[in-house]
Amino acid sequence: MVTRLKEVDAVVIGIGWTGSILARELTKAGLRVVGLERGKMRTPEADFALPFIRDELKYHVRQELVQDPALETLTLRHELSESALPFRRFGAFMPGMGLGGAGTIWNGMTWRFLPFDHELRSRITARYGKNAIADDMTIADWAMRYDELEPYYERFEKLCGTSGKAGNLNGEIIAGGNPFEGPRRSDYPNPPLPPSHAGMLFENAAKSLGLHPYPTPSANLSREYRNPEGLVLNPTLFCGHCDRFGCATNSKASPNSTILPVLLADPRFELRPQSWVTELVHDTASRKVAAVRYTDMATGEEFEQPAGLVALCAYPFTNTKLLLLSRIGTPYDPVTGQGAVGKNYCYQVTGNVAVFFEKEEINPFIAAGANQMNVDDFNGDNFDHGGLGFFGGALIFAGPVHGRPIAGRMTPPGTPRWGRAWKEATAKWYSRAFTIHASGANFAHRANYLDLDPTYRDALGRPLIRMTYNFRDNDRKLSAFTTAKAVEIARAMNPTILGMPMPRRGDFNVLPYQSTHNTGGTIMGEDPKTSVVNRYLQAWEASNLFILGASTFPQNPGHPPTGAVGALAYWAADAIATRYLKTPGALVPA
Amino acid sequence: MAASDYLTLTEAEAAFLQAAADTIIPADALSPSASQCGVIDFIDCELAGPYGEGARLYRDGPIEKGKPEHGYQLGLTPRDFFADGIAAAEAWTQARFGRSFAALGETERGEALAAMESGKAEFAGFGAKEFFEALLTIVMEGFFADPYYGGNRDLAGWKMLGYPGLMADYQAAIETYRGKRYRAKPRSIGDFA
Repeated sequence: MVTRLKEVDAVVIGIGWTGSILARELTKAGLRVVGLERGKMRTPEADFALPFIRDELKYHVRQELVQDPALETLTLRHELSESALPFRRFGAFMPGMGLGGAGTIWNGMTWRFLPFDHELRSRITARYGKNAIADDMTIADWAMRYDELEPYYERFEKLCGTSGKAGNLNGEIIAGGNPFEGPRRSDYPNPPLPPSHAGMLFENAAKSLGLHPYPTPSANLSREYRNPEGLVLNPTLFCGHCDRFGCATNSKASPNSTILPVLLADPRFELRPQSWVTELVHDTASRKVAAVRYTDMATGEEFEQPAGLVALCAYPFTNTKLLLLSRIGTPYDPVTGQGAVGKNYCYQVTGNVAVFFEKEEINPFIAAGANQMNVDDFNGDNFDHGGLGFFGGALIFAGPVHGRPIAGRMTPPGTPRWGRAWKEATAKWYSRAFTIHASGANFAHRANYLDLDPTYRDALGRPLIRMTYNFRDNDRKLSAFTTAKAVEIARAMNPTILGMPMPRRGDFNVLPYQSTHNTGGTIMGEDPKTSVVNRYLQAWEASNLFILGASTFPQNPGHPPTGAVGALAYWAADAIATRYLKTPGALVPA
Repeated sequence: MAASDYLTLTEAEAAFLQAAADTIIPADALSPSASQCGVIDFIDCELAGPYGEGARLYRDGPIEKGKPEHGYQLGLTPRDFFADGIAAAEAWTQARFGRSFAALGETERGEALAAMESGKAEFAGFGAKEFFEALLTIVMEGFFADPYYGGNRDLAGWKMLGYPGLMADYQAAIETYRGKRYRAKPRSIGDFA
């Protein structure tokens, strides 16, 4: 039996970064908002407290704050001809679960995408010719340009207190920042973090090669900061427990530290944790979502919550799954190329190389999640791709994220993995090694997509999301090229031992951690036939449904995505508050 | 079989694990052996608890053999995986050496583990390589996890690395120790709880 509840102004599904931002903006606009969160209630005081939060086994290895695959996971096949098997544990990526979502357990890298990334297809075509883009590369322009999104990037940085160094202030290139970034109206709210020793070794090597190193725009704060919500964030302790952990000292911007204390205290907001949304009830006559059905996971009771406005703010897999289960929009068909729901699933194409120094001390445990030195010289279209056979590039960076003893030990190539020789090498190199990473773009491919698995089910008996995904020609060439560039920087450091270069080879593997940068499935665009949401992230098929998050990216650039995820949330919230609420209906004619 | 002192391990399993773990992490100047550091107690607790019972593991069928890139695809809980894996490893060791694993000398133990690691060992009905990887992983977890969980006794694993543990406030140290080794007496959850 389903209990039908009284209508509310708005329902927000998923209270991570986008859901927190949107719910806050909607309550500020006077709406009564219900937040449906599938995970548990969480507060920093109760759940991230010292000393128990700094428990590598519980949080890093056993993944306590990550989505529980026993309740819900997804399946993988590499090609259309195969059957998919479930991710029985998470490895390659770590979707969040619980109040704050993946925003609780991120490292804090807060980039803006390059102007190029927002106009990808147009710019590649303009520079390299009409036939440059292969037919099976289904990349697209964003539905808004960088300069339109710029004020919203700024808002998210101010919310987080992002610590960084501008490289382009109103068109003026600033030494020490990223000269390739789009023009900024203002500098970061806080100065950059002091670099680590590894970061400085990377910086010097990059400079010696004529490259342009700059510090990570970091949501680990460099000083005490009161954000526009009136909440105080503290300077980072460099404790080396960012990714997969909640922050004990409010030094990492997360939904839990930057918005939720204000939102949860607001009588216009009601949080319903452990509420699993099963369906958006689509009224095809009015082209609206009439209500949201959900199951209370504590009691098993089912509810139907009618709402004037519905915002889908879950992770890309869940956003896509709920549209498919609710039959909103046309599922993407990789054979015909028709349909848009599930289309353009993208990931991150990562590569790396390790360096070992007999005479340097790295202290890898003195680390913050987003304190590296970086170069953008081989990212986006910042270099000529003529004759290279691929498009896009990678952010290349170095600086330890942590030195945690179970997961953070490095030994030179050829070292045994156990026994006396392993012990000697581990003790010798633990503090004398680090990794140079390449975080590469992943451009959409016709055969990479999401749909519903025909076999495997979640804890509520619903189909799992099936990922059909593999690295394609562009990805392998991009990874080989950018990893080789990382090796050039590594050589310029003159390490005692150079590790084995690790470009992305072979098939996508669920085991080694690569990044939790999963995008697409409900992409934005200007054509309802080839996209799911319009430029205001409003669903073409239901005018009162907005879909937020990286699921709206047409493809995934080299920079980590969270800065753009936050910017898009403010962009959509602004369109809802200033335009949609005044005249509800389609903001862009279909 | 004699009653076990462990929560879930049998005496035979514990004997295998002790011999294997002490081959993976032997006693030397850098640290005592794995078992001297409590690693077998750690494994016992982990396998007796939610992890061993399959918490956070998707176990729905159909169970099918995947590609290596699909990761773990067995229907076994970690507790049952180790029960079956240890039994298969013991059977293989008996057939290969004519003795139980714990009765082997140090060199033979090393040979046996190397054969499992490389895939040269073939267990009856069980993946030798997969078993070795799981064994190596849980031994390392026990040696390096906070002693709260029974292993890493006297912080031997952290001392071997020079990992200072908690509370980890390096606001000044990131600059004052840049390029210089930061050393401190390591402290764990128990020092603060």
